[in-house]
Amino acid sequence: MASVYRTEDCQFTVDRDALIRRLGEALQGDSLLVEDEAMRPYECDGLSGYRQMPQVVAIPETVEQARHVVQVCAQMKVPVVARGSGTSLSAGALPHPQGVLLSLARFNRILDLDDERRIATVQPGVRNLAISEAAAPYGLYYAPDPSSQIACSIGGNVAENAGGVHCLKYGLTVHNVLEVTMITMDGEVVTVGSKALDSPGYDLLAVVNGSEGMLGIIVEIKVKLLPEPPTKDVLLASFKDVETAGNAVAGIIADGIIPGGLEMMDGPAIRAAEDFVHAGYPTDVAAILICELDGSADDVQAQRERVRALLEESGADEIRVARDDEERARFWAGRKAAFPAVGRISPDYYCIDGTIPRRQLAYVLQEMQKLSDEYGLRVVNVFHAGDGNLHPLVLYDGNVEGEFERTEELGGKILELCIAVGGTVTGEHGVGMEKINQMCVQFPTPDLEQFHALKRAFDPKGLLNPGKAIPTLNRCAEFGAMHVHHGQLPHPDIPRF
Amino acid sequence: MTNNDLGDTLAQQVAAAAEAGTPLRIRGGGSKDFLARTIAGEPLEVSGHRGIINYEPTELVLTARAGTPLNELDIALRESGQMMPFEPPRFSDATTLGGAIAAGLSGPRRPWAGSARDLVLGVRLINGRGESMRFGGEVMKNVAGYDISRLVTGSFGTLGVLLDVSMKVLPLPEAEEAIQLETNEAQGFYIVDEAYRAGVPISGAAHDGRHLYARLSGTKLAVDAGLKRLGGEQQSDPATFWHALRDHQLPFFTQDGPPLWRLSLPPLSGIPELSGHRLADWGGQQHWLRTDAKADAVFREAVRLHGHATLFRGGEQGGEVFHPLATPVRRLHVRVKAAFDPKGIFNPGRLYAGL
Repeated sequence: MASVYRTEDCQFTVDRDALIRRLGEALQGDSLLVEDEAMRPYECDGLSGYRQMPQVVAIPETVEQARHVVQVCAQMKVPVVARGSGTSLSAGALPHPQGVLLSLARFNRILDLDDERRIATVQPGVRNLAISEAAAPYGLYYAPDPSSQIACSIGGNVAENAGGVHCLKYGLTVHNVLEVTMITMDGEVVTVGSKALDSPGYDLLAVVNGSEGMLGIIVEIKVKLLPEPPTKDVLLASFKDVETAGNAVAGIIADGIIPGGLEMMDGPAIRAAEDFVHAGYPTDVAAILICELDGSADDVQAQRERVRALLEESGADEIRVARDDEERARFWAGRKAAFPAVGRISPDYYCIDGTIPRRQLAYVLQEMQKLSDEYGLRVVNVFHAGDGNLHPLVLYDGNVEGEFERTEELGGKILELCIAVGGTVTGEHGVGMEKINQMCVQFPTPDLEQFHALKRAFDPKGLLNPGKAIPTLNRCAEFGAMHVHHGQLPHPDIPRF
Repeated sequence: MTNNDLGDTLAQQVAAAAEAGTPLRIRGGGSKDFLARTIAGEPLEVSGHRGIINYEPTELVLTARAGTPLNELDIALRESGQMMPFEPPRFSDATTLGGAIAAGLSGPRRPWAGSARDLVLGVRLINGRGESMRFGGEVMKNVAGYDISRLVTGSFGTLGVLLDVSMKVLPLPEAEEAIQLETNEAQGFYIVDEAYRAGVPISGAAHDGRHLYARLSGTKLAVDAGLKRLGGEQQSDPATFWHALRDHQLPFFTQDGPPLWRLSLPPLSGIPELSGHRLADWGGQQHWLRTDAKADAVFREAVRLHGHATLFRGGEQGGEVFHPLATPVRRLHVRVKAAFDPKGIFNPGRLYAGL
């Protein structure tokens, strides 16, 4: 398979033997993988359509060892790609063909859990869910909960500014991280943020969140923990059409209620999930909404009655309120298992991550259906409806010649549709290698140049995760899609309010 | 409401200043002229660039030009039953959105509702080359490109001229009440924190050395339950104390006296051991201090408590006003500044000397 990297991103000169020798000064045994067979598991992340072998895989155990790797790479001008659990859906952790793949999997300890101050200090390889599990005995939890939370690492969450089903009320990773310690390409260990609510100077912490491994190598993180809400209620509403469900979402928010979670699934997604986990979803409907309300018992009771009334007014066919913890878990189980459920009905699927203003939902769904027909590929929809983050899943078969390429193209068209309605190509999965061409559509040249300038402030030689996240102008010229200015939109038929 | 787009004119002014190497002093309503280091520079007036560009209450997003006064935004938001959750202070009626975001200040609700940077979703910005750029957007979740919108929040205009700001807004609470309790500071904040953990919708906790002040915002049922739990003396209008605290209109702030310092500290920190008067906000994470102590002593005390200090009003505004940065962090600041403003024309020295 040809490399997905462009020639211009592979202009490094690597003396592999010398690199191995230098890295070997600090890394021995299984901390340094150099054989193809050993490196094979690292050739891709959660987006398995993209594969690339690195020069070597380094798996340090200490900050000093990680720093040695970064210093050697800086001195030898060799690219470094950081990897946590490798669950990225945008090929953010795809190795560079001339570089070192730096795995932080062994940085897997929770260093401190301060239940009084509600702060956890963790290493980057700690799994997202492990933080909440460790905090649970104190009645606390870590709020951002990506669907991959049993596997994904907190370091990767910071790098991607990961979201989850509870973002609407509790924010993204950037809102829940207090401090990050990272190794810069200068080889220094730098701390940004603090245990206080703010820090002097520029908000470098905000830039590090979602920077996709382009600015530094994260080695320690402090996160905020929240008290587990005393009461939770989960409602499940079904609808005859997706548009009505979309309006119901707007109706709840317009009424002043911010649910803990507000998720939507379309008919095919409901049926796939139901076949898989038997959540008890109605399977003959066009859409369901899952709405979680949390807070004190009084608060939840008041909100539940109001939401039920609003859902009825919006035209919901059936509204169920989970009676107990078991049923609450079951309502969520189908949603949380939506991706693997879709994996059972199709040999492969491709997950898209566009975010749109919610009011454009019905239009975007119609257009997506047209694109799906045009490409002859089925699209199943799961949404973080409350915050307009779509996850269309394109079903394909990787063994059919050319089908992945057509899927990628369809994915690209869907993302361009999201940009055209005022949205973005990625809500929570990151640009990585996957959406880099669509960045040319979303951002004009000066904006892209500003991103590159900021990157150079941290990494002047361009060694951290080269070729990802921000496209070069050459790439954009070749991709042929430049930013579309206002007034010249490719979808003139979009309703605008 | 005045609606006026000066984006192109401002970009031209910046481009000309960059060409000539003229330092600019970016100015909105001028309500925070007292804050940050005193600088020279040709004034670049942004207050004429104003008006709401887009406000869609069901999307929980508002986009407005930087020169729009916060008071105007308040009116528009209140009509739709919404608010800016970070409760930006208004040191005068002229306070603008751009100034609020450039200073990155947040009011008493901040520990529970998020800060200015937490609520910012996108900005339009003129960089030091006079280029107008757009980062972030009007959607809640957006990880395309680096988070420049949040980087420029609190940068005191040293990275660019803010043109437009998109921010997340939230519904006004159904009920809001304020109480006053006779208790010492540590005990008072402990009581509030316990209530918060139990689900009481706390939206403010301050202590003035004699009384604990707490505010509750949420559904009526939840607020009533919280009032019952906490007890104390209920105040007739929550705004009387809380808006005065937010805008520094309490006598603690307005009386003549020593310079005003702000200390930002981790939760449950010790109490700063410095002479003078003190008012604690943010459940003990933000301390306002009127002290004649030397700047070095205040910075040292903040470090001892694992936080940082800012000389907020009065004192030696030509010296170090913001907490000195660690050397590697300072180096990154210098490079980030150069990445946005290579000629160093935006508010040079406002944040730190040489930046």
